[in-house]
Amino acid sequence: MTSYLWLIPSFPLLGFLVNGLLGRFLGRRMVSLIGPGAVGASLVVSVLVFLEMLAAPEYEITQNLFTWIGAGTFQIPVAFTVDRLSGLYILIVTGVGFLIHVYSVGYMWDEAGYYRYFAFLNLFIFFMLLLVLGSSLLLMFVGWEGVGLCSYLLIGFYFERDSAAAAAKKAFVVNRIGDFGFIVATLLLFVIFGTLDMAEINARAETALSFGGALVTAITLLFLLGATGKSAQIPLYVWLPDAMEGPTPVSALIHAATMVTAGLYLLARMSALFVMAPVTMAVVAAIGAATAFFAATVGMAQNDIKRVLAYSTVSQLGFMFMAMGVGAFAVGIFHVMTHAFFKALLFLGSGSVILALHHEQDMQKMGGLRFKLPITTWTFVIGTLAISGFPFLFAGFFSKDEILWQSFSSPWGHPILWAVGAVTAVLTAFYMFRAVALTFFGESRVDPHVAMQARESPWTMTVPLILLAGGAIVGGWLGIPHILGEPLHLPNVLEHYFDGFFATLPTEAVHHEASTELLLMGISTGAALVAMWFAFRLFGTYRDRAARMKAQLAALHHLLFNKYFVDELYDWVIIKPIYWTSRTVLWLMVDVRLIDWTVNTVGNMARSFGGALRLTHNGIIQNYAVGIALGATLILWFLVF
Amino acid sequence: MNFSLSATDFLTILPELILCGMGMVVLLFDLFGSGRNTANLAWLTLLSLLAAGYADITMMGQNLMGFSGTVTADDFSIAFELIFLSVTALTVLLSTRYVHERGMGYGEYYSLLLFATAGMMLMASSLDMLMIFIGLEILSLSSYILCGMLRRDARSNESALKYFLLGAFATGFLLYGMMLLYGATGTIRLREIAEALRHEEVFVNPIAWMGMGMILVGFGFKIALVPFHMWTPDVYEGAPTTVTAFLSSGPKAASFAALIRILVEGLSPMQEQWSQVLWVLAVITMTLGNVVALQQDNIKRMLAYSSIAHAGYILVAVVVGGAEGLGAVVFYALAYTFMNTGAFGVLILTADRGRERLTFEDFRGFGFVSPALGVAMFIFMLSLAGIPLTGGFAGKFQIFKSAIDQGYIWLTVIGMLNSVVSIYYYLRIVVVMYMQPAGDDSLQEPPRASIPLYTAIALAAAGVIYLGIFPSGWIGISLQSVSLLTAGG
Repeated sequence: MTSYLWLIPSFPLLGFLVNGLLGRFLGRRMVSLIGPGAVGASLVVSVLVFLEMLAAPEYEITQNLFTWIGAGTFQIPVAFTVDRLSGLYILIVTGVGFLIHVYSVGYMWDEAGYYRYFAFLNLFIFFMLLLVLGSSLLLMFVGWEGVGLCSYLLIGFYFERDSAAAAAKKAFVVNRIGDFGFIVATLLLFVIFGTLDMAEINARAETALSFGGALVTAITLLFLLGATGKSAQIPLYVWLPDAMEGPTPVSALIHAATMVTAGLYLLARMSALFVMAPVTMAVVAAIGAATAFFAATVGMAQNDIKRVLAYSTVSQLGFMFMAMGVGAFAVGIFHVMTHAFFKALLFLGSGSVILALHHEQDMQKMGGLRFKLPITTWTFVIGTLAISGFPFLFAGFFSKDEILWQSFSSPWGHPILWAVGAVTAVLTAFYMFRAVALTFFGESRVDPHVAMQARESPWTMTVPLILLAGGAIVGGWLGIPHILGEPLHLPNVLEHYFDGFFATLPTEAVHHEASTELLLMGISTGAALVAMWFAFRLFGTYRDRAARMKAQLAALHHLLFNKYFVDELYDWVIIKPIYWTSRTVLWLMVDVRLIDWTVNTVGNMARSFGGALRLTHNGIIQNYAVGIALGATLILWFLVF
Repeated sequence: MNFSLSATDFLTILPELILCGMGMVVLLFDLFGSGRNTANLAWLTLLSLLAAGYADITMMGQNLMGFSGTVTADDFSIAFELIFLSVTALTVLLSTRYVHERGMGYGEYYSLLLFATAGMMLMASSLDMLMIFIGLEILSLSSYILCGMLRRDARSNESALKYFLLGAFATGFLLYGMMLLYGATGTIRLREIAEALRHEEVFVNPIAWMGMGMILVGFGFKIALVPFHMWTPDVYEGAPTTVTAFLSSGPKAASFAALIRILVEGLSPMQEQWSQVLWVLAVITMTLGNVVALQQDNIKRMLAYSSIAHAGYILVAVVVGGAEGLGAVVFYALAYTFMNTGAFGVLILTADRGRERLTFEDFRGFGFVSPALGVAMFIFMLSLAGIPLTGGFAGKFQIFKSAIDQGYIWLTVIGMLNSVVSIYYYLRIVVVMYMQPAGDDSLQEPPRASIPLYTAIALAAAGVIYLGIFPSGWIGISLQSVSLLTAGG
């Protein structure tokens, strides 16, 4: 029955091996068949497995593959689990991942190292699937580390560029900090539960740990540290905006389908632990709200189209954290899904623009592209409407509105969370419409030579855009809130889907009037609509006014443009001191004087001992025979006397 | 005496019979065959190995006994026989071009390999000291000749002569030990010896103890335990590289199989004493092997010392004993087969331009000269050093895990320290391959492709990785194979 579950990660792994080892000899056509084909095959299997999971008892399929280490009670089985959470995730990862692979064929066609790119891309998908499917924390950790490695390889794909190499290193180091939290939390859980199986840990959490206790709080905070690393939240978000140094489809992959959603997956997966730690939950919600707001303000002042999108990802991830922090795990995952569609769409759309303009990323040098790039323009607009929460039609509206409502109405929510979220939503609408206006509308500021050659991208790129645009609309209909759906008899499919899956809050839900919900929805949506219109007019038509505003708010703009100087702050407060300590104390004193000296001395002793012994091996056979005889004498003497 | 023979008797030694028969067919084929087509001989040899392997697999779990209980085909012998067959099969794949280009008498080479394999199988499946001895001699005589197959090379001749002289010396010890044991117990059958030793008056007889000591010396020589190891580097270096690959994996495993049979089935009443002796031998073997390997510049000699060190690790598992310990021996023997033969395979491929004796210097920048072989060598070195996700790690893990479970803390500590030392010289190859530029005198061109050679290396690498990632399958077979041995004792 379940024998083909293992195929899902196997296809990308195989694709990685074939393209990685033989890619040089295969030629671009073959590589382009294998790379996307592998993910496509795994998408097909994922759909089949997903359907099977829906029919399975308890909505869960587990496949035990083998035991990696089995020594008495110390068992490390390798097993995959598909349940409602991982089932949704594999669909997102392989579905969006497949479209990004297809898109990459067009985008990367002229690049050197084409096969290397596809090999890494497949490996990325493989590790992400491992992360999602693994039924134990150890296997999840393998995937967790693996996506970190692949992000390093792909962000640094243009490794001859210093900025790309630096960004790759930054992503890796920052992720390592988060990984540390993951490891410590995992070890603590193993000590307490004696197993790393996540289903078992969740099931036994209530009896093994005390509600609100220091231990469960510590474990969840450590997991949160891991999650902030992968999902780019304060304080570890700094790697994500730099990650756009990689090829644009890679940004789409990291920002939409993989990597950044891993942290949220971890929180959702361990929901039983998190609901037992109210302190951690409050921290999760606060970090989410703060990150959402903070990143949105930065996004308002950026000129690089990919940088705007990067900060918008950080901001949207903040929304998801906020949802998880108030206990609305299903809603957070809902936003993960809708975000996967529209963010992949936006990034791929920006890639299409960038390619058409010969790798120009500055929005000040764009404008008026809607005639040259019609498909790109209108799909990008759909994506923008989705992320801005344009009401009643687009995906982002439903998930974002549900998050805002939960942050207000949940027993662990708070009106302040709602307010921060609503303001952020307004800011989001503003900066996204600013980006659309600057890029596609208004008069053209493109270099005339470049503008001459600018033309719409090939079908391998536009077809994924169109499909993703469809997803950015339809994806939201799965989670229509009751208050809107009931009069029209539209069900909230997603809520029903996750019914009883996540741990529920131990506090009784507060009842709110339907009118409150409608009122709040009206306020946030109305404000966002105004912001959309305002930004569009300001940056599309009246750019001189925008420039004047910028001059009046020069100080603020400077602060936002430079991203609050957080990178500089980290550099001064953390990196420089560490570097200094490493160099003078750790390297020159501890390493050179102490460790090297010890190692060299021991090594020299061993080598001279070996040299002395080697002299006994002088090739003279009589001496060898004497050696045997001596040994024999000693053994016999020991045994007989 | 009743000499009636049944079909079961012959079925028990069917794999051995196949190999001996096919060994003769190979000789005849070479004599009367059309031209001197070495490829056909190699295929014929592989075919016979496959046939023997098939026979082994079908007999699994049946625990046949034959020839009035002198030979058996229990799971222990079958597990080891499969290891021997893998060694020989890999060696044949590695040999095709090497043998052809150096004009090493074709038919003789392959048939000697088959005879040697039959000898090893007999060693693993005998329950009788005399049969073990016969098996050992079939193996040894074939090995002596194989070492000297490069007739015009003085080093090869030296290798064969040294091996033969010292081998004869050690055989003397072994045979004398068996005789003394027979004198003390009145039987050559292992299980009857154990029976006899349970009587107080036999147990205290110093003749029995001398017999055991001499048997340990004899096997110590074959396994190359310190201080009976000194022939190893000279013989391994001088012998044709394909033969070295064979000698360092196959006969060692066979000697371990026979040693375990004698110690566990025959001399179990003396376990306390023999495990003390082996404890000391394991420690000095591991330590000396690793420390001297540090000093080597010639890679073939380095691998020779490393094989001494690995025999030391396996001996730790023999000392520990029990299902876990002996199971670890079986597991490690296969893992070592893959990583060791694979490493030699890379050496054989790179040595094909007449550079027989390669040093570390020659491998500078090799990872870029020949990426595929570089990666393969990298895998084998990681496995030999015992890094996780390789068969070498899974094997060491089981050895040291069983040692800790049985309370051999110090032995484990010494073994682990040795393992750390060994990382230095294994990774030294990796360092020169990837971190040093190719020089004028290092290997400049990738070796000429050869499908059988690449197949052997790929199979070995796949084996190493398979045992590292999916160890449970072979662990299960290993534990199953020793269950009869440990249950009786």
